Amino acid sequence: MTLTKAELADLLFEKVGLNKREAKDMVEAFFEEIRNALEAGDGVKLSGFGNFQLRDKPQRPGRNPKTGEEIPISARRVVTFHASQKLKVEVEHAYDGSES
Amino acid sequence: MTKSDLIAQLAERFPQLVAKDADLSVKMILEALAEALGKGDRIEIRGFGSFSLNYRPPRIGRNPKSGEKVDVPQKWVPHFKAGKELRERVDGAVESI
Repeated sequence: MTLTKAELADLLFEKVGLNKREAKDMVEAFFEEIRNALEAGDGVKLSGFGNFQLRDKPQRPGRNPKTGEEIPISARRVVTFHASQKLKVEVEHAYDGSES
Repeated sequence: MTKSDLIAQLAERFPQLVAKDADLSVKMILEALAEALGKGDRIEIRGFGSFSLNYRPPRIGRNPKSGEKVDVPQKWVPHFKAGKELRERVDGAVESI
């Protein structure tokens, strides 16, 4: 099973009582606000869930695996996610007893 | 940005809703995300990223204080991979290529 925006919107429709349009827009806005903060260079801390942080990586040497040609991998900023202690405990045994 | 900042931003975006709806929505979304991972389900949010679980095999660890050996059982840990849009927007360098 995979959770997507559609299921999250259904949830807001059913549990929060937003209409379908609002529920869809709310889910979209939720992720858009997080993207906006990260784009602005701001980390995002969602207590009980985890933190999205930014890491600046320096340029490093790379190689085109097909041709063997050396090409530098440019300096870049990447997003990392650190799960909260609470979330870590919740998923630790996710597949225990479900191996069939 | 914290959870309460996020709730405040969303409340501002949806002036037709009562502030409590933004608060409840954020809590429900985060709860649903955590619950999905707790069941071992994947999460795929187009343009944002995906969450999945990575396996950590059992190992013998040590209590750093006493030096005593301890069995650390196998476990699953959350993993996030940023989606294309998020990756590109965060890495301003991409725009200048």
